[in-house]
Amino acid sequence: MPDPTEQGTSEDLHEVTVVVNGVARTATVPARRLLSDFLRHDLRLTGTHVGCEHGVCGACTVLVDGEPARSCLMFAVTAQGHAITTVEGLGTEESMSAVQQAFTECHGLQCGFCTPGFLTTVTAFLDENPSPTPDEARDAVFGNLCRCTGYQNIVKSVLRAAELREEQQVPYAAEPAQRHTASSVVAEGGSA
Amino acid sequence: MTTQMFGAPVKRREDPRLVTGHGRYLDDLGHDALEAAFLRSPHAHARIVDIDVADAIDVEGVAGIYLHEDLTGAMAEPLPLLIPHPTLTHGRTTHALAKDEVNHVGEAIVMVVATNRYVAEDACQRIRVTYEHLPVVVGIEAARDGEHLVHEDVPGNVAAHMTQQVGDVDAALSSAPHTLTLDLDIERSASMPMEGKGVYARWDDERGELRMYSSTQTSTGVRAAVAARLGLPLAKVECIAPDVGGGFGVKIMHPWPEEVLVAWAARLLGQPVKWTEDRREHFVSSAHERGQLQQVTVGFDDDGRLLGLDVRLWHDNGAYTPYGIIVPIITSTQLLGPYKPGAYRVEFWSLYTNTVIVTPYRGAGRPQGVFAMERAMDAIADRLGLDRAEVRARNFILPEEMPYDHGLLFQDGRPLKYDSGDFPASLDKLKKLVGWDDFAAYRAAAEAEGRTVGLGIGCYVEGTGVGPYEGGHIQVETSGRVNVSTGLTSQGQGHETVFAQIVAQELGVRLEDVHVTTGDTRRMPYAVGTFASRAAVMSGNAIALAARNVRAKALRIAADALEVAVDDLEIADGTISVKGAPGTAMSLGTVSVLSNPLRYAFDEAAKAATQFAGTFDPDKPPVADDEEPGLEGKDFYSPTQATFANGMHAAIVETDPVTAEIRILRYCVVHDCGPMINPMIVEGQVHGGVAQGVGGALYERMDYDSSGQLLNASFMDFLMPYASEVPHVETDHLETPSPLNPLGIKGAGEAGCIPVSAVIASAIEDAEGFPISRMPISPNDLWELRRRHRAGELPSLNRSTHPAHEEPTP
Ligand code: FES
Ligand code: FES
Repeated sequence: MPDPTEQGTSEDLHEVTVVVNGVARTATVPARRLLSDFLRHDLRLTGTHVGCEHGVCGACTVLVDGEPARSCLMFAVTAQGHAITTVEGLGTEESMSAVQQAFTECHGLQCGFCTPGFLTTVTAFLDENPSPTPDEARDAVFGNLCRCTGYQNIVKSVLRAAELREEQQVPYAAEPAQRHTASSVVAEGGSA
Repeated sequence: MTTQMFGAPVKRREDPRLVTGHGRYLDDLGHDALEAAFLRSPHAHARIVDIDVADAIDVEGVAGIYLHEDLTGAMAEPLPLLIPHPTLTHGRTTHALAKDEVNHVGEAIVMVVATNRYVAEDACQRIRVTYEHLPVVVGIEAARDGEHLVHEDVPGNVAAHMTQQVGDVDAALSSAPHTLTLDLDIERSASMPMEGKGVYARWDDERGELRMYSSTQTSTGVRAAVAARLGLPLAKVECIAPDVGGGFGVKIMHPWPEEVLVAWAARLLGQPVKWTEDRREHFVSSAHERGQLQQVTVGFDDDGRLLGLDVRLWHDNGAYTPYGIIVPIITSTQLLGPYKPGAYRVEFWSLYTNTVIVTPYRGAGRPQGVFAMERAMDAIADRLGLDRAEVRARNFILPEEMPYDHGLLFQDGRPLKYDSGDFPASLDKLKKLVGWDDFAAYRAAAEAEGRTVGLGIGCYVEGTGVGPYEGGHIQVETSGRVNVSTGLTSQGQGHETVFAQIVAQELGVRLEDVHVTTGDTRRMPYAVGTFASRAAVMSGNAIALAARNVRAKALRIAADALEVAVDDLEIADGTISVKGAPGTAMSLGTVSVLSNPLRYAFDEAAKAATQFAGTFDPDKPPVADDEEPGLEGKDFYSPTQATFANGMHAAIVETDPVTAEIRILRYCVVHDCGPMINPMIVEGQVHGGVAQGVGGALYERMDYDSSGQLLNASFMDFLMPYASEVPHVETDHLETPSPLNPLGIKGAGEAGCIPVSAVIASAIEDAEGFPISRMPISPNDLWELRRRHRAGELPSLNRSTHPAHEEPTP
């Protein structure tokens, strides 16, 4: 990889179009722009957080074509043409997803900084395993760090979310790749 | 009647915002701001010979590159020593940018401001600094022996040396039937919030005003410190703590170099500037805590009662002492826990090392103190062949002895005087919860299966809610909306919820009508900050007092309007009505209208308050002499001393006979923080505290090599617990009220983590049959201890019935 310090002072820019939360979004960025920075600062979707910048904490987890991925480990240019779901795409304050609602019911967050990464991770997990045991619920989140909660209420939230989804009959597709995909684009969004 | 809000586990008001991605943390602000990056020292101790920035200046997008020599006036002075103390005879602080010398890896030397962080870091990489290396002091032993010095003018590396004493310790120890001495060792850990620090500053050139945001635990502190450095009147600086992604102590330190530099650069450049700390920066340039060596000598009688306690502590304060010596002072006082020590002497040395500074991390010196005391309790029980819980009970301060004055000075310079607590009742609850009396049978059954288990216990008392004060301001709008503000900050404790609960209860309004703002100097300029488990006690009581003022004012106005006596009125759900005549009523919104006589009818509500709107007494002024317009009130709470919460934890651990892996099978907590405003939130605080305690007991250490490099400065290498490492926590509560404050409450924020290392050490010791004196303890460490035990280098416990572990076959 070329060392930017040895290069000239201006960088090549690339136009990147990504379907984010069902809306096609375009921005012009350098090749080294991280997907996390692209989402947060180019698209101004600041719900995705950055806790470590090296793929360990999970705070930056988004769904790429329905699968959890760490946006601090991906370049924006790599996401070209893919469909991304961020925490903003899971639900709104007026209409929360089951997972979001469960976290508020079970005190599954304190400072809330790690929370978006848990919410996206758990959403994908429950798509795969809609009725987890307590042990499975704990295993589902053991790749994400939280410094506030001690995880106990997060595990409780996962189980509660499963219950809520059951009550709400949340449909889920058999193949993860079929969820949150480009086919669900609703409108051409403004480019950043 | 308004529903009972105080004590209800209501859902948090902040959560809908936070779970939908609409929190506003520091780096979510200022997308168009310039960004700062720092060139930091790669060496632990060196003189700066030369800084060459020539190659960096040409990087496209660089707006400015700044060294110490670019700073003038107060900006060039060393940063303040925040908490001076007479025994801190050799306090030292750093400069915003290093001047001539660096004293730890990570110390800021150059600030680059550029269009974005990528470019700023590119420029940092092109700066060349020439260093002359100096001898490095790492570790408490190296600091203590004083062969090399961190600061040339600080002999023996001793920043502070302090002794406190009650009674004649030497006489007590020499006449005691039994004495024993323990040498103990606790390593460094750190707060490690998921969001690092960050600062964003905007300069308004036309008004000559600075607005800054900081991910801080004290916006009033940052504001005052930055105003002083920049030479600005306080009135021209405002500071806001936005949503903060965890603090745990590290963000009470201020001003950080970045806080003053970013604000300074924003004014200099006339453009918004932001800095967001990255994880490596947080490891090497924020703060750590915990590192201490301890020597504890106890004298006791045949029943295990303490007669004398003599403690010596060597505390690692890192390279500088900007936060004073609060941590070792807390260790040396809170070490006493729920016990009567007999004669007590504590002496500590606070020592410089070439490592990151040490400032309070959740627990703030208490985990170390409790470790010392509880190790001693276990050792006494073992020496005398007594039950460990029984030895503790025999030394307890009893409820009828409250208030209990230890005769020492606490961290706030006020007497260490416990206000309330029922330690025997707490211990009873804990024994029941964990099944203390049935453990022998449990162990026998486990041993029959070839498993090794142990039971541990630890007790603590925590001084919470230290002064000097906090304030609350409440204003009722004509719509009935209730605005509440307090100056201290929030980092996840649910203040928007619990303070709203207090107001709903005290004022008689609906929870959803209450809106709480914290940490915004525009709304409440007088405040101290969030630390020492003080927010609920300090701001909670201030807000309750303010609510009582507003309630009294509302009743006065309504009584006048309804032509009844104040005593005939009641308030519920935001409506004031005449008792027994609910039809005669008026909303608080209407009272708010009446409270503010108006000339102009800008809306329907305002019309009712205008001069021709109603009847009035022509002989009285529209606003009475002793009143102010508006339905609002303010009050401050300032206690004479801290209020003391307490708790007791027990754990059952299993150690693997072959791999020495340590597993926590059960973790039980009995917690007494007085009446709980919101039990759901208190439980959450306990869970989180225990998790951090488990990290400190089993996983987290700062791995400095002898050259002062922090080898594990990433989440990959610093083992912060995931869900897989944290046990399920079983809790029970006592609610012993404090006589000291109107709500009778005590702090809860730090409690969970305080005794964990002591409890886990106690349980591992019980499982293994030899003493544990050093935490954290990894499987490797335990393996090594087993080897030494087998080799006869480590004694067996007296109570040990287990054979030493066999040498496992490889
Ligand atoms: S920020 Fe991406 S995993 Fe931590
Ligand atoms: S809620 Fe604060 S880090 Fe998880």
